[in-house]
Amino acid sequence: MEKIINLSGISKSYDGTLVVDNLNLYIRKGEFVTLLGPSGCGKTTTLRMIAGFEMPDSGVVELNGKNITNLPPNKRPINTVFQRYALFPHLNVYENIAYGLKLKRFKSTYVDKKGNIVTKTDKLTKKEIDVKVEKALKMVDLEGFEKRTPDTLSGGQQQRVAIARAIVNEPQILLLDEPLGALDLKMRKEMQIELKEMHKKLGITFLYVTHDQEEALTMSDTIVVMKDGIIQQIGTPEDIYNEPKNSFVADFIGESNIFSGTIVGDKKVRFLNKIFNMVDDFEKNELVDVVIRPEDVELLPKDEGQVNGVVISSVFKGVHYEMTLKIGKTEIIAQSTIEKKVGEEVSFSVTPENIHIMKKEFTTNKYVGYITKRNTVVFAEGEYECNVTQLYPGSTLDEEGYVITKEGEKIDLTDVDVIVEVNLKDIEVLDTEEGSNVIGTVVSSIYKGDHYQLIVRTDEEEEDYVLDTEYTYGENDRVALAIAPDKIKLKLKAVEK
Amino acid sequence: MKKVSFSRKHLGIPYALFLIAFVVFPLLLIVFYAFTDANGHITFMNFINFFKSNANLTALFISLGLALCTTIICILLAYPVAYFLAKSSASKSSVLLLLFILPMWINFVLRTAAMKELLFAIGFIQNNKLSFLNTIIGMVYDYLPFAILPIYTVLSKMDKNLVEASKDLGASPIKAFFDVTVPLSKPGIISAITMIFLPTMTSYVISDTLGNGNITIIGKLIENQFSSVFNWNMGSAIALILLVFIFATMTFSGKFTDKEEINARGSGLW
Repeated sequence: MEKIINLSGISKSYDGTLVVDNLNLYIRKGEFVTLLGPSGCGKTTTLRMIAGFEMPDSGVVELNGKNITNLPPNKRPINTVFQRYALFPHLNVYENIAYGLKLKRFKSTYVDKKGNIVTKTDKLTKKEIDVKVEKALKMVDLEGFEKRTPDTLSGGQQQRVAIARAIVNEPQILLLDEPLGALDLKMRKEMQIELKEMHKKLGITFLYVTHDQEEALTMSDTIVVMKDGIIQQIGTPEDIYNEPKNSFVADFIGESNIFSGTIVGDKKVRFLNKIFNMVDDFEKNELVDVVIRPEDVELLPKDEGQVNGVVISSVFKGVHYEMTLKIGKTEIIAQSTIEKKVGEEVSFSVTPENIHIMKKEFTTNKYVGYITKRNTVVFAEGEYECNVTQLYPGSTLDEEGYVITKEGEKIDLTDVDVIVEVNLKDIEVLDTEEGSNVIGTVVSSIYKGDHYQLIVRTDEEEEDYVLDTEYTYGENDRVALAIAPDKIKLKLKAVEK
Repeated sequence: MKKVSFSRKHLGIPYALFLIAFVVFPLLLIVFYAFTDANGHITFMNFINFFKSNANLTALFISLGLALCTTIICILLAYPVAYFLAKSSASKSSVLLLLFILPMWINFVLRTAAMKELLFAIGFIQNNKLSFLNTIIGMVYDYLPFAILPIYTVLSKMDKNLVEASKDLGASPIKAFFDVTVPLSKPGIISAITMIFLPTMTSYVISDTLGNGNITIIGKLIENQFSSVFNWNMGSAIALILLVFIFATMTFSGKFTDKEEINARGSGLW
């Protein structure tokens, strides 16, 4: 199918913060596409750039192959359903819906008596507008509401009017910015189905923005998962759910068990101290994230499955029970219609197709730093004790702090640039009072089965430390970091090149 | 012994007493004076005499003309200012707003005197043909902040999405402004009108200072009756006539907006 919208190389920042980072995305005609991501991921900004409310700092927006990057919103054949409806409070329902139609001008050409071709601009007649408004109201099930003012309508009804006001103009693309966010759960579910049906009936391309993964999975043909202004994955709901590309997508889309694993052989992965068969091809010894969906965890009587564990909690969720098993230090969530009692020893098994392997995003932290006079290393806003002799194999330190190489050469390392590598496991998290030269804020915390993977961002230079920890930290927690001297791996920067 | 229970509504008692002593009672007194003569006999002569006198009617029309011109000019000047204040960033707009409000903190008699010096320097005060204009300049200068504030308040609270929605549906920026911004800022404009139109009819300090003795407004008439002529009955009658005019303007401007809207936006100051 042909592309209707094509975004290439779109970047946008506000006050120096990059909100959308080199985004490339196309949307096919007639598709229902959802931009999905946590708040602040740039999805609404992307939508607003397509609507024309924001201009990208760089990049091109194309509609049907035509560059519309600098076209104002009123010149684009695109309409928007706003998050808070944005109905005109001083106009009634009819006037709200007719607003766009009254502004519509179209050109028609005809041949006059003298044989000249004349182009004239026409408006829609009152009658044509009446017919269209009536049709739109029927579409959203609000016949007879013409004379009501928006403040006399319920949230759901206002939402319908907002949708009618947009679709009555027969736009090429309908943009919906979290349109159901303000509705209650039941209303939201109803509207989801209605919107999906409307999409089918109208044949208009829908671009939907939401942070609700369930909504995205229910309604979309294609989901675009975004984080920090970058597209994480584009795919059908099934693809996104079953084959998440990274642990962020896996964590964001539905519940999942995420473990750290190592590839141990051809289609074999080791996690939870066991070797499992899998279906994906990965290089041997690669560190990976293993994702298992709770509904794919099969619970069997003790010793009948692959790994034994103890049920430590069981919660009834309506259709199924959600149970947590403890296997050693690790926890795994399982969903099943058959309840296992708390304390019961069970065994679980997962079929190879249900083991999803993803490349680990981070295995080490890499920084550029320099050595100080005191033979400490400064990087990422911190100063750390380290062993500088590792820069020159076989070297030693003299009393004055100079490095003496194997060959007896004396080297002053002050201000020498180095590449620093620190393993995720080797960064310790301390409470801020415990004192440390690096203090930062937890910006992300993802549970990986037996530990959390945190990203801690420093205050001033916003350097990120990625680390694994057993303890729970929430986003926005303030923490101090420490790294043992022998865990800091140094390389001379010149050598790296 | 019965315990006296104190509830929140009792907090209103002091103000109710104040209201009776200084608002209701004087008002009744004015009504009484207006409809009696010097000997205390009931009469309508005060009103008849007012409308018989050309000087009085001229003062009434000049007052209305001044109030109308001042209000229109104030709103035309204030609207763009309020619009750009509301659009600029929060930190910037608070500083700018302060600059516009600052003159209000200086005694207005002093400000008017300063204005007189200024107009004198450029030769406006001496020219008797410009008395009306001079008075308007002084009034606009004094009352402009009262127009900026309510319009700014309404504009800054307005949902930005509404203008975007208008543009989204095909309106040009100018069309969106007149279709959405202006109608929705009506409560602010109404407040501005009530806050400017009524005081300008009575604040004779400005017309006395800048009018070069050529401008007598209705407020001045009342003052004369009370402090020069000592005809309290006539003075009260004029005050009542003014009250009727004020009432008429309020009902007139009230027609353009429904009460709920004003209350909901908290900008209905009258």
